[in-house]
Amino acid sequence: MKNKRLYLIIPLIASSLLMLLPFFWMLSASLKTNIQVFQFPIQWIPKEPQWKNYLTIWSKIDFGRYYFNTIKLTVVITVLQLLTCSLAAYAFAKMKFPERNGLFVAYIATMIVPFQVVMIPQFILLRNLGLVNKHMALILLQAFSPFGVFLMRQFYLSIPDELIEAARIDGLSEWGIYAKIMLPLSKPALASLTIFTFVFVWNDFLGPLIYLHSGNLRTIQLGIRMFISQYSAEYALIMAASVCSLIPVIIVFLACQKYFVEGISLTGLKG
Amino acid sequence: MKYPVRERHRVLYYKGGEDRLNKVTRNRLTAYSFLLPNLIGFIVFTLLPVFAALGLSFVRWDSYSPLKYVGLRNFEMMFSDSSFKIAFWNTLYFTGLTVPLTVLVALLLALVLNKAFRGVKFIRSIHFFPHVASTIAVAVVWQFLYNPDMGPINHFLRAVGVASPPRWTSSVTWAMPAVIIMTVWKSAGYYMMMFLAGLQGIPGHLYEVATIDGATSWQKFRYVTLPLLTPTMFFVVTMNLIYSFKVFDQIHIMTQGGPGRATSVLVYYIYVQAFVNQNFGYASAMATTFFLIILGFTIVQFRLQEKWVKYLD
Repeated sequence: MKNKRLYLIIPLIASSLLMLLPFFWMLSASLKTNIQVFQFPIQWIPKEPQWKNYLTIWSKIDFGRYYFNTIKLTVVITVLQLLTCSLAAYAFAKMKFPERNGLFVAYIATMIVPFQVVMIPQFILLRNLGLVNKHMALILLQAFSPFGVFLMRQFYLSIPDELIEAARIDGLSEWGIYAKIMLPLSKPALASLTIFTFVFVWNDFLGPLIYLHSGNLRTIQLGIRMFISQYSAEYALIMAASVCSLIPVIIVFLACQKYFVEGISLTGLKG
Repeated sequence: MKYPVRERHRVLYYKGGEDRLNKVTRNRLTAYSFLLPNLIGFIVFTLLPVFAALGLSFVRWDSYSPLKYVGLRNFEMMFSDSSFKIAFWNTLYFTGLTVPLTVLVALLLALVLNKAFRGVKFIRSIHFFPHVASTIAVAVVWQFLYNPDMGPINHFLRAVGVASPPRWTSSVTWAMPAVIIMTVWKSAGYYMMMFLAGLQGIPGHLYEVATIDGATSWQKFRYVTLPLLTPTMFFVVTMNLIYSFKVFDQIHIMTQGGPGRATSVLVYYIYVQAFVNQNFGYASAMATTFFLIILGFTIVQFRLQEKWVKYLD
């Protein structure tokens, strides 16, 4: 039995290291000078860590603004999603009306359509609305996600109908049922949806690439891209910028690991 | 309650009918009051663009000159466009290697990490983390790692005796493998989680029965685990296939479709045609074709599913 453990432990340590090594390298490089970054053998912990690199990037590019923009977009889109998707999902899951199945099929069908197919008409539509180069463009595009409706509906389906029927008999209106029964019960699903949306919006690159042209509107991912093209040889600074973009995600990830996992099982295998 | 008089019965029927109609309408109104915010946004910004995308495939438009209907000309152009063909084959190449590798690694990881021991949840999280990191940050650091002259990967290869290690993203032959390796590394953990959920859904008593019957570990895997894992396998393969087909971010950062056209994939080429060359009609035609290809693959998957996916009855 002990031997078996060893057979597993060594490859596990190896693969865990493999997963983390690029991030360690990133962190280590961010604290070096540009010349030291590519030195080999790798000096994992720099003798003189260049903490000032982190100060430099905040002054060289408008990092603070990019952070602010990204947070703003993430919060607004997440809140709108939670609101509209959970409301719609309740209707799809627990209310009967003739068009219910047809409409839901339309939702699912568009989930299969790749973003790259609709990105062109969406762009033209938003341009005609005068919304290109405004945050509102991304907000409108991403706040009404069919995926969010799908996730919440999956969850609501698992809540017993009897609970709702009883409330209806007691005279509670649908809005009352939603507010007093469904909402409190759906905390895990709402948490998972929040996490999904947060990570998606935070990491989104193609959306901001297409719609945010002005410097003061850019998000972090776009900012890093711009930084690279401007300062392509400032390796250490580029790594520092990347670390900064990852920190919030790391925090959210460590704090909410449970909800990441739950989110995956909600969408995947109970359907 | 039966009324002998037909007239009274008819009156009763109409009355019931009216009430029922009111109820349906009432339900509808309430339902729509819940649906409307999301529904309006969905219709305007998702559903309509889907239909518009189809329509745009038949025009020529750079968004400044007036729209010009050109029928099937975009599609004809597409079939004789060497860049499109290259992008198509590159996408198949990328998908053809990424999906099997990712599924294999994810499955292996899930099998090993399906045991309960101290810290297993933490180790699972470690493997899941690259998926959560932004593709931009990951692509940027891998680009440095891949640097042919200065990067640590080649330094290490030279140190262990490889005389001339591949030039990765600067090499026409090795650029795509470089992107593939990075992509497998990034997404294996995500699919590992799905396999874990699938493995945990296999009833434990089946393994006990197999042990009583004298089955070896390999036999247990082959005859209990694998068949019951097929629904998860189907889901993982289908999702991975779709996502691999849509690859964009890492190509844009690491190689920009190059060197030359070595890593030009469909989405990247569509993006260039639409937002760099302003050929919206042509790009839409390619995007529609792209969607039909994915749809075709997915339908084939679903058909094949009946042959090899076994659901627990």
